[in-house]
Amino acid sequence: MAEPLLEIRGLTKRFGALTATDRIDLDVRDGETHAIIGPNGAGKTTLIGQLAGDLRPDAGTIRFAGHDVTGLGAPARARSGLARSFQITSIFREFSALDNVALAVQAHAGHSFRFWRPARREVALRDPARAMLERVGLGGRADVLAANLAHGEQRQLEIAMALATRPRLLLLDEPVAGMGADESQRMIRFLADLKGRQTIVLVEHDMDAVFTLADRVSVLVYGRIIATGTPEAIRENAEVRRAYLGEDALV
Amino acid sequence: MASRARAIAIVLGLLALAAVPPIAAALNQPFYLDLFRRIMIFAIAAVSLDLILGYGGMVSFGHAAYLGVGAYAVGVLGYHGIHNGYLQWAVAIGASMLLALGIGAVSIRASGVYFIMITLAFTQMLYYLGISLAAYGGDDGMRLASRSQFPGLLDLRNATVFYYVVFAILVACLVLGHRIVNARFGMVIRAARSNEPRARAIGFSPYPYRLGAFVIAGAMGGVAGALLVNHTQYLTPEFMHWTRSGEIMFMVILGGMGTLAGPVLGAAVLLLLEDVLSAWTTHWQIILGPFLLLAVLFAKRGLFGLLPGGGRDG
Amino acid sequence: MAAGLTLVFGIMNMVNLAHGSLYMVGAYLATTFHGWTGSFLIGVLLALAGTLVVGVVVEVVALRTLYERDHLDQVLATFGLILFFNELIAIVWGRAALYTSLPGWLSGFVQVLPGVRYPVYRTLVILVGLVVAGLLWFVVTRTRLGMLIRAGASNRTMVAALGVNIRLLYTIVFGFGAALAGLAGLMAGPIYAVQPGMGEQILIQVFVVIVIGGIGSIRGALVGAVIVGMVDTLGRAFLKPMLATIVLPSTADTVGPALASMLIYMLMAAVLAFRPQGLFPARGI
Repeated sequence: MAEPLLEIRGLTKRFGALTATDRIDLDVRDGETHAIIGPNGAGKTTLIGQLAGDLRPDAGTIRFAGHDVTGLGAPARARSGLARSFQITSIFREFSALDNVALAVQAHAGHSFRFWRPARREVALRDPARAMLERVGLGGRADVLAANLAHGEQRQLEIAMALATRPRLLLLDEPVAGMGADESQRMIRFLADLKGRQTIVLVEHDMDAVFTLADRVSVLVYGRIIATGTPEAIRENAEVRRAYLGEDALV
Repeated sequence: MASRARAIAIVLGLLALAAVPPIAAALNQPFYLDLFRRIMIFAIAAVSLDLILGYGGMVSFGHAAYLGVGAYAVGVLGYHGIHNGYLQWAVAIGASMLLALGIGAVSIRASGVYFIMITLAFTQMLYYLGISLAAYGGDDGMRLASRSQFPGLLDLRNATVFYYVVFAILVACLVLGHRIVNARFGMVIRAARSNEPRARAIGFSPYPYRLGAFVIAGAMGGVAGALLVNHTQYLTPEFMHWTRSGEIMFMVILGGMGTLAGPVLGAAVLLLLEDVLSAWTTHWQIILGPFLLLAVLFAKRGLFGLLPGGGRDG
Repeated sequence: MAAGLTLVFGIMNMVNLAHGSLYMVGAYLATTFHGWTGSFLIGVLLALAGTLVVGVVVEVVALRTLYERDHLDQVLATFGLILFFNELIAIVWGRAALYTSLPGWLSGFVQVLPGVRYPVYRTLVILVGLVVAGLLWFVVTRTRLGMLIRAGASNRTMVAALGVNIRLLYTIVFGFGAALAGLAGLMAGPIYAVQPGMGEQILIQVFVVIVIGGIGSIRGALVGAVIVGMVDTLGRAFLKPMLATIVLPSTADTVGPALASMLIYMLMAAVLAFRPQGLFPARGI
């Protein structure tokens, strides 16, 4: 099998006496949608932080698209094709939705040491941005200030920004968190649409999303991956049930 | 783009400034020419600070350093008999850019309060340097031998000509600033200010852009310094004292951070206020101090920010 | 000075530029009370109390609203306070420097080491510094108040949620910091000039100290202060002669003092470049 798109080996991060991620080994294959689940405090946020480049691991390596990215910071990783969304929606609140996505396009459209031409008039930035907004369903809200968008719309905006960078891997941190039932369904449908065309790593609590979207699931408990497999296999895994759900059966 | 109200305000303001010399002549009050020229010079400094403060979110308490360097470049060259304006001002700009590059390279790595402190410290360093340079007046400063000369082109000894030179430079800085903040470069700086983790996550490394903005602001500050020393015809290390940085910062805040035109208004208001208050009492600072405190507490968006203008983009 | 400033910044996350003004107040009050009562000690005690009161008043009236604000606002607002205090002092006491006299028993010299005579007063200053350091360490690490302070530094909301009166705690901490500043001011009176603006001169150096030592760390403040003091003094004393061995004496004459005064800032720049959190990073006083 071809080399996995994302290859994590021995990833460890300690905070004082607490080992948040403990020698994690994980592979994500090109084109798959891989979910990471686990109880609260399992280390999911720390793992995402290290994958995105916000946290320096104490030990271990991360290989992305054949290159060792362990030492790279977040901007470099983003430029090499890793896009992410944040658990708590993180957008440019003082800019319009269109500006937000255009900025994402700009980050991958050559250098930005241009001082004279207004960026808002650059067709090469605006057109793809508009198209992306249409794609996530925010076409009509392009000129609304990001801060004035509804919460669900802001999450859609984040996805649009991530996609606008034309990533090889999409790292989503609880994409449907805080969404109502309708919005969740819309987001899940949207992500389902991306499946196959986009490699996705998904950290989620919402089991509906996980079982609809994931090709494979990894379970993180106390900083260790205790199981990786198809959703059905995970559902049946006794160790997982015990660790994650107590004695109750999974739905 | 700026809203209607703001655009009109800007045009009116600039027209008013352009009209000062004839009005002052008509009223036979050359003092006003001086006053507004001084206001405009500080406005240039304030606009340059707004670039990094209002748009970049970099709280530099060391901006006075660039004014000082610009002023000293002109003063020192003048002292040694070099009065050619082109050379003097080129050195002023070059020196302040180099200084900004040096200070920025070290400081911008730090964030938050560390950045404030380190810029403050560098300014003080320059201040002490200025004091200890006894050859150039040290503590007391020195007179400028002659205003910068632009043979054949301009005579800065003519107060009105000088006034319009400053005016032209102010307008140029405003135009330049406006283009910069709306170009790709400016968008990165503003995005990094708005939400740095987000900016990094889409692939921007803020550092080189911030450094660039810092250098540009420094250069503009140097120009302001060169103009200032020509205006006052006197040079002292006080130009670089950190309290000067604080005053310029107040002009930016008072007028409206992140608007470019606001700082011009802020400079006008602050200097006019100082002028009026000091006529009443030599202890005018005691009124100014709390006034500024209140302004920060209650009027964050500044005077220009009160005009409807839809947020701060462009 | 550094301890007080770092305490306020570390615990309340507030940059207080007016800390220097409290130093100035301490110096002025001490001088005045000494003059009124004729007793140095009483002057000291009254000055300490006075500065504490001024600090608390300022905190309650002006600074409370600033805790929530970002650092820029705090810097600007406290800058306004500096202007206010400087003028207030100038109005009441005039702009000329005040003359501070030392009582007889504090003038004179003492034999510190065989053959080394040192002014009594300065020895006292050193001793007081050590005592204050020890006291601070004791309070912060061994008392309940100290524990609350450290807890508040880590997580303000949590401490408030636990029922502790956070506002009172902040006022106490600020008052404490003010008293420290006042103490520094009144001790500095006989040594440095007592005049409006004296606060700013020392404030910058204090900031350099806490940046080097680590913002929020009292241990850092102590170590930083020692380092800065030594570098500054030794630099001024020895740099010129040292330079004279390498370059022409005339160059050393001009460049020496200039470089010496810049030394501590260069040190700060170096620390920031290599170890930005300072020598003793905080959250662990």
